[in-house]
Amino acid sequence: MSALQQSFKNMMDWVDARLPVTETYEKHLSKYYAPKNFNIWYLFGVLSVVVLVNQLLTGIWLTMSYVPTADGAFASVEYIMRDVEYGWMLRYMHSTGASAFFLVVYLHMFRGLAYGSYQKPRELIWILGMLIYVALMAEGFFGYLLPWGNMSFWAGQVIVSLAGAIPFVGDALATWVRGDFNISGITLNRFFALHVVLIPLVLIVLVFLHILALHEVGSNNPDGVDIKKNVDEDGKPIDSIPFHPHYTIGHDLPAIVAFLFLFCVVMFYFPDGGGYLIEHPNYEPANPLKTPDLIAPVWYYTPFYSMLRAATFPLFGLDAKFWGLVVMAGAIALPVVLPWLDKSPVKSIRYKGWGSKIFLTVFIISFFILGYLGVQHPTPGRTLVAQICTAIYFSYFLLMPWYTSVEKTKPVPERVTMP
Amino acid sequence: MNEDSVNTGRRNFLIGATTVVGSAGVVGVAVPFVGSWNPSAKALAAGAPVKVDISKMSPGEILGPIPAWRDKPIFVVKRSDVMLEELNSKNDRLADPDSQREQQPVYAQNDTRSIKPDVLVLVGLCTHLSCSPKFRPAIQPEVFDEEWIGGFFCPCHGSKFDLAGRVYTGVPAPSNLEVPPHFYESDSVIVIGEDEGTA
Repeated sequence: MSALQQSFKNMMDWVDARLPVTETYEKHLSKYYAPKNFNIWYLFGVLSVVVLVNQLLTGIWLTMSYVPTADGAFASVEYIMRDVEYGWMLRYMHSTGASAFFLVVYLHMFRGLAYGSYQKPRELIWILGMLIYVALMAEGFFGYLLPWGNMSFWAGQVIVSLAGAIPFVGDALATWVRGDFNISGITLNRFFALHVVLIPLVLIVLVFLHILALHEVGSNNPDGVDIKKNVDEDGKPIDSIPFHPHYTIGHDLPAIVAFLFLFCVVMFYFPDGGGYLIEHPNYEPANPLKTPDLIAPVWYYTPFYSMLRAATFPLFGLDAKFWGLVVMAGAIALPVVLPWLDKSPVKSIRYKGWGSKIFLTVFIISFFILGYLGVQHPTPGRTLVAQICTAIYFSYFLLMPWYTSVEKTKPVPERVTMP
Repeated sequence: MNEDSVNTGRRNFLIGATTVVGSAGVVGVAVPFVGSWNPSAKALAAGAPVKVDISKMSPGEILGPIPAWRDKPIFVVKRSDVMLEELNSKNDRLADPDSQREQQPVYAQNDTRSIKPDVLVLVGLCTHLSCSPKFRPAIQPEVFDEEWIGGFFCPCHGSKFDLAGRVYTGVPAPSNLEVPPHFYESDSVIVIGEDEGTA
C-alpha cells in the first residue's frame, strides 16, 4: 500500500468513526444487491431522480430573476426569456422538466403495476411513492400559476373553486386558500412560497424515505421472484449483482444520456410542445375578465380532469360538481390501498392470469382516452366515453380482489429468467 | 421500592399530561399559521363596495365584465323591453326559474332577479367552475341552442344562463349566477357590494 493510499485509508477511518460514510456507500451502492434481470422498465426511478435534480437546480436559478407579484410576475418571465443570459434555457429546462417528470413517474408507476412491485413486503414503498405523486401534482399546480399568464390564472381559478364544491364550508375554504375573494397577487405570492419551499422540501424527504424503504427490503424484478430465497455462502443473493458499478455504469448512465438527448430535442426544438407543454393562452398576461375559450390542464392532469367533468348529474341531494370532486380525489387516492387489493399469489404480470392481463390493458387504454378527452371540448358523446372510462379506471382497482383471486396463475420459477 | 423499578402509573400520567399540553400547544401555534391565510386587511379593504354609474347605458347594453367588487368580474345589463318580454317565456327550460336557491339577496328574488326590472347586476363567474360566461344577448338560434332567447353562455363547459342569470337544465352549472348585494344610491348610481342601510 502506497503512502497516499495509506493516508486516504487513515482519513476514511477517521471519518467513518464519526460518520458512517463507507457503511452508507456500501449499503446503498457497492453492496446493494439488485436482481440481475432488470429490464428497461427499471430505468425510470433513476431518471426521475435526474429530473428532480434538474427541477431543483433550474428552479433555484429561476427564482433569482422571477418576481412573485401580480404586477411583476408576467413581466419577469418575459425578462427571463429575453434579457437574462440563458434565462430562456433555464426556463425551458424547468418547463420541459415538469412534463418529463410526470412522464418518467407515470412509466415508473406502470412498471410497479405490471410487476407487482407494490406487493408485500413493498407496501410502504408504494405508499410513499403515491405520496410523492400527489406532492408532485401539487407542486405542478402551484408552479403553473407563477407565470401569471391567462391560462395560469383561469386554471388556478377552476381548480381552487373545486374546493367550493364541498358542502357548507366550500366557499369559505376557497377564500381561505386564495387569501382573497378571487385569484389575486396574494394567491400568487403564497403559491410561490409553496412551490419553491414547502413542497420541494416535502418531495425531497419523501424521495429519501422511498429509496430508504426500497433498500431495506430490496428491489423487485420483472419475474417477481424473491431473490433472497437463493443466497450463496456469504448471504448474497445468487441472482443479484451490486448496484454499483453494474447498474450505475452499465445500465443507468447510458439511459440517462439517451434520456437527456431526447430531453434536449424537446427543450430546444419543441419547448411549448405545440401548446401541450406550455399552453398558448399563457402568452397573454392574466386577465380576470377574460376566460380562455378552452380551459384545459397540462397533459399530465388531463385524465383526472376528464373524470372530474364526467360527473354530470346530482346525487343524494348534492351537486354534480361536488361528485366530480369526489370522483377525481377518489381516483387519485384509491391506488394508495393497491397492496391490499391484489390478492394474487404471484407478483409479476408474466405469471398472473388472464383477468389481470385484460384489466391492466383496458385500464391503461382508458387512462389514455381520459387523457385525450381532457384537452377536448366536452360534448355529450365525449362525456359518455369519459364516464365509461372512469368506470373502467375504478373497476380496475375495486374488482382487483375478485379477479386476482379467481384467475389461474402460472407457476413462478425458482430463479429469475434472463431476457 | 428499589431504584430500578418503574413507576408505571407515574410514567403514564406524565406521558398523558405532556401529550395533552403538547397537543394544546400545537393547536395554539397552528392558529397564526392558519389565520395568516385569511384575506388580509388590505384584501378586505379592496373588497369594499364599489359604485357604478349606469346613466350612459342604453337598452340591450352590457357594462362589463368590469373588475368591480372583490376583483370579480361584474356584469351590469340594461335589458330592453323585448328582452324583458321574452325573459319568462321559456321558464320550463330553467333549473331554478323562481330563484329558490340563495344566489341573490331577497330584494332580487323576483321575476327579473333585479331591483329595477330592466337593470340586472350579476357576478360574472359561472357557478360551475368559475369561468366567465360570455354575453350573448341576441334572440336568435345559436350553435349551442336553437331556441336561444338571449343570455350568457360559458365557453368552458357549456353552461347556459338566461338574461336574468338563471341557469338552464342539463348543463354542468348547478345554480343561477350570483346577484351581488347592491342598492341604488341615486337613479343612475349603483353601489355594488353591500345592502342598503348596512353601511
